[in-house]
Amino acid sequence: MATEVLMPALSPTMTEGKIARWLKTEGEPVRAGDVLAEIETDKATMEVEAVDEGVLARIVIPEGTEHVAVNTPIALIAGNGEEVGAIERRASAPKPAVETPVLEAPASQPSSAATAPRRVPAVAEYTRKATTMTVREALRDAMAEEMRRDETVFLLGEEVAEYQGAYKVSQGLLQEFGPRRVIDTPITEHGFSGLGVGAAFAGLRPIVEFMTFNFAMQAMDQIVNSAAKTRYMSGGQMSCPIVFRGPNGIAARVAAQHSQCYASWYAHVPGLKVVAPYTGADHKGLLKAAIRDPNPVIFLEHELVYGESSAVPDDPELVVPIGKARIARSGEHVTITAFSRMVKLAMHAAEELDKAGISAEVIDLRTLRPFDIETVVNSVKKTNRIVTVEEGWPFAGIGAELAATMMEESFDWLDAPLKRVAGKDVPLPYAANLERLAVPQVEDIVAAAREVAYR
Amino acid sequence: MAVKRKPDPVKFAELGVSATALFRYYRDMLLIRRFEERAGQMYGMGLIGGFCHLYIGQEAVVVGIQSVLREGDSIVTSYRDHGHMLGSGMDPKGVMAELTGRRGGYSHGKGGSMHMFSREKNFFGGHGIVGAQVPIGTGLAFAHRYRGNGRICVTYLGDGAINQGQVYESFNMAALWKLPVVYVIENNRYGMGTSIDRASARTDLFHRGRAYGIPGEQVDGMNVLAVYEAGLAASEHARSGQGPIILEMMTYRYRGHSMSDPAKYRTRDEVNRMRTEHDPIEHLRRRLLEDGTSESRLKEIEGEVRNLVAEAAQFAQDSPEPDPAELWTDVLAEA
Repeated sequence: MATEVLMPALSPTMTEGKIARWLKTEGEPVRAGDVLAEIETDKATMEVEAVDEGVLARIVIPEGTEHVAVNTPIALIAGNGEEVGAIERRASAPKPAVETPVLEAPASQPSSAATAPRRVPAVAEYTRKATTMTVREALRDAMAEEMRRDETVFLLGEEVAEYQGAYKVSQGLLQEFGPRRVIDTPITEHGFSGLGVGAAFAGLRPIVEFMTFNFAMQAMDQIVNSAAKTRYMSGGQMSCPIVFRGPNGIAARVAAQHSQCYASWYAHVPGLKVVAPYTGADHKGLLKAAIRDPNPVIFLEHELVYGESSAVPDDPELVVPIGKARIARSGEHVTITAFSRMVKLAMHAAEELDKAGISAEVIDLRTLRPFDIETVVNSVKKTNRIVTVEEGWPFAGIGAELAATMMEESFDWLDAPLKRVAGKDVPLPYAANLERLAVPQVEDIVAAAREVAYR
Repeated sequence: MAVKRKPDPVKFAELGVSATALFRYYRDMLLIRRFEERAGQMYGMGLIGGFCHLYIGQEAVVVGIQSVLREGDSIVTSYRDHGHMLGSGMDPKGVMAELTGRRGGYSHGKGGSMHMFSREKNFFGGHGIVGAQVPIGTGLAFAHRYRGNGRICVTYLGDGAINQGQVYESFNMAALWKLPVVYVIENNRYGMGTSIDRASARTDLFHRGRAYGIPGEQVDGMNVLAVYEAGLAASEHARSGQGPIILEMMTYRYRGHSMSDPAKYRTRDEVNRMRTEHDPIEHLRRRLLEDGTSESRLKEIEGEVRNLVAEAAQFAQDSPEPDPAELWTDVLAEA
């Protein structure tokens, strides 16, 4: 019986990959453990090994093919004595799933490539020349452009240089800027964050990458006590122009210690700026603003957004101002606020709501500190209803802050109590079904919007 | 790699220390002593609030190290920082006015005793969290190396900080990248109320960089000339691109951990013995007199110091409190 070799999922967030190279040819015998092919994933180049003995009967997906969805048959291995010709007739090469947008979070079906929408709509406000690229490329370009512009900018973190970034965000930077400015650190978050703060005090502009913000807890003291407070404590004498960046929020099936949204933790602290963009253009423009900013900036990215493609402006001088929200979608009946990956879910929810005759306005908050109260208040004055969405826990979260702000600023304009959609108040579970229950889903947002709209 | 320096230094001339330099050490140590005594007094009068950690007894460390630094070298320490500020040439008026929380203070009254800075003098604080200044100082050294400017950073820490994890994270990076940093451990034998032998598995702290290949040396921190000599060698080591080095200064604080500490964890005898037998200022004074310096020359210095401290105390009381509008300034810089 022939065995199908399927495109493997080689990382928790991988939905597709590229067949970089076949190391075996059709008709060649293979043994378990032989390397069949090299696959380029969203993070790295990996090898696919044979698990059975036999003959490589057919290569279904040729070398060089990109966007091959996970679980797509890429080759057939004939069992010993099986006829190769018979197999060829059975095999039909499925098309790589390149543009199959589906709304659900990959978290719920981690092995299916069809879960991650590939195209993010281009943002209306950018009208200049743009290139379609992934969020990870947009981040890399932002850093590269700023490093070209300012010699004091450098990148520091685990695996940022030779490995090219744990999530491939810093790809090519070592090659362009060398080891003086792209620096691999030991696994020592508290230490290298403090080192970055010291370098910033001395007038350099470090970009400190956390492999994920979960590890930044080790460095919390340096971020809060040293980076955020020193300007104030020094009567304005000292400056700490530093960016702490990396993926934040809930990834896919990595459980409680690697899945948490820290937005409200950092947003609590005066002396920090906190940015959590969604679109590729905003990732680039806001990271450039963060690097140029004279203050410490927490730049929250999202692992599940890194691979999304959208139009990103080419202009190296295009900087998106920190502190301004973006109206991602105009609407009349309900305001939905979101940031980071939740913007995508809010947009999908708005489409669903449309079908029910509810016109939702989606606000991409983009920056959480300083908070753009004005944009939210103006929206609520129009819609008179508001739903907040975040991945983080509800207690003392961004939604809670917004609820208080609405009481203070928009009480007379509200026709319904604010409704929060947030991560469930539990450490994130591993099991796929439980994880899905813990993380906000499109239907949760739809339900909340209907509730405040009384429809 | 790690050596114990003999406690008593050779003759001044052999060290290449000029008479002028000796008078300056005497003046600088005395200034710190008198300043701190006055600060203690003003604390008792309610003019200074919060935590106030006095440097009395440890003066030789800062003054000896400061004398080997060059223009552009940077300094960072923890919260027992008044001596470091005066030693780096900051104005006693501005320091004292910060202690009283007044407009004329280095941080305009917003930092207090533990959080003061001077960009002009390359003094980078004044940090309130035990051990946090160590990665920061390592980062200051990183910046020197990044710029290739030949400067070094002196990072002070106490025997209390030496068991913090981030200290070793810093040692590792400093050694890995050969950063120009001198770690000066001021071992005054007590981390607040806990004596070193109750807190540290091994009490000779100059060994603490051994795992990273960082050389270390134990120095008589009550003798400014021994500090000078060790500091000079250490600064040259760091400056020459050989990476970090550790100096463990054996010193002693006469006062409690902070103003509110009755220091019941040690005997009166122990304190008196240190004061009478090892006082750094008395030690230098005796040496100067033995070397033929006149009493009147020393009196002259003492008079100058007395005036400086009196002026500082007056300024710190006369300077107005910060404008209420200052509450909201300096949180963020204009982008």
